Amino acid sequence: MTTTTATSERLQSTFKRFVEVGRVVLVNDGPSAGNLAVIVEIIDHNRALIDGPTTSVPRQSFPYRNLILTPYTIASLPRGAGNGAVKKAFEKAGVLEKWQSSGWAKKLAARKQRKNASDFDRFQIQLAKKSRREEVRKAYVKEKKASA
Amino acid sequence: MGRFTEYSVIGRTLPTEATPEPKLYRMRIFAPNEVVAKSRYWYYLRQLKKAKKANGEIVAINVIHEKKPLKVKNFAIWLRYDSRSGTHNMVKEFRALSRAEAVEAMYQDMAARHRARFRSVQILRVAEIEKKEDIRRPYIKQLLEPGLKFPLPHRRTKSKAWYAANRPVSFSFIVF
Repeated sequence: MTTTTATSERLQSTFKRFVEVGRVVLVNDGPSAGNLAVIVEIIDHNRALIDGPTTSVPRQSFPYRNLILTPYTIASLPRGAGNGAVKKAFEKAGVLEKWQSSGWAKKLAARKQRKNASDFDRFQIQLAKKSRREEVRKAYVKEKKASA
Repeated sequence: MGRFTEYSVIGRTLPTEATPEPKLYRMRIFAPNEVVAKSRYWYYLRQLKKAKKANGEIVAINVIHEKKPLKVKNFAIWLRYDSRSGTHNMVKEFRALSRAEAVEAMYQDMAARHRARFRSVQILRVAEIEKKEDIRRPYIKQLLEPGLKFPLPHRRTKSKAWYAANRPVSFSFIVF
């Protein structure tokens, strides 16, 4: 591990996301699944201390197995920063805004919405899709006639 | 053995006419529950003093809680264990949030590396290492390096569905 940074720089590592202090992660399991948190301190090769004061993730030890590394980092977050400091840095870096506007977050939100849809919602979607198809068909026929 | 808790157990031999106020002995015991903690207390006490459960009593048993359970600490554990061929002393280091957590990791480690069960391991001392220079083991030293970072090269993404349409890819150059 002593030479990790040096080697990765020399070899132009293909890895873009690292476990490091200040790395924003997506919690993938447990009661706070689906929320963002920040790695505050690396405990060992399997777990890190994470904290998400603005995203309602309590400070806790969490295995990397159940975390997904995001492309965002909070640069210059000191090791083992307190709850307040993490909150301030998280807000200052504007991670939440960046996350919410990302395709990834939108996809997750859409998936969640689709999962929670009721039978009636699905029926409405069916009707909406039908009318969309109808519109497309009409426009197509019109265009075809005009060009012919 | 399950999750460990640290107990403070105080006991003494039963008062007799010769010793109406017997000496109290206190021990910090790591055990999954109070029953095991008391049992371990008598196990250690009868090795150290002329006392046993048949003519002794537990005066108090309390849980010792971690003072700062959200601070990552480095612990050293001194232990003695019986292997298949003899008895050995050892110092192991662990990085954990609490003493009990470090002890739990130690029992797992002893079972994994030395096939030593709970019954053949005796904890001599558990202490937090305050200074970075006092850490002896390279496997803990490497975690304290400033600016430490590493990738997660081998990920197993689990399908939420019962059946997966595609075989999972655990190694990806691009995503992680």
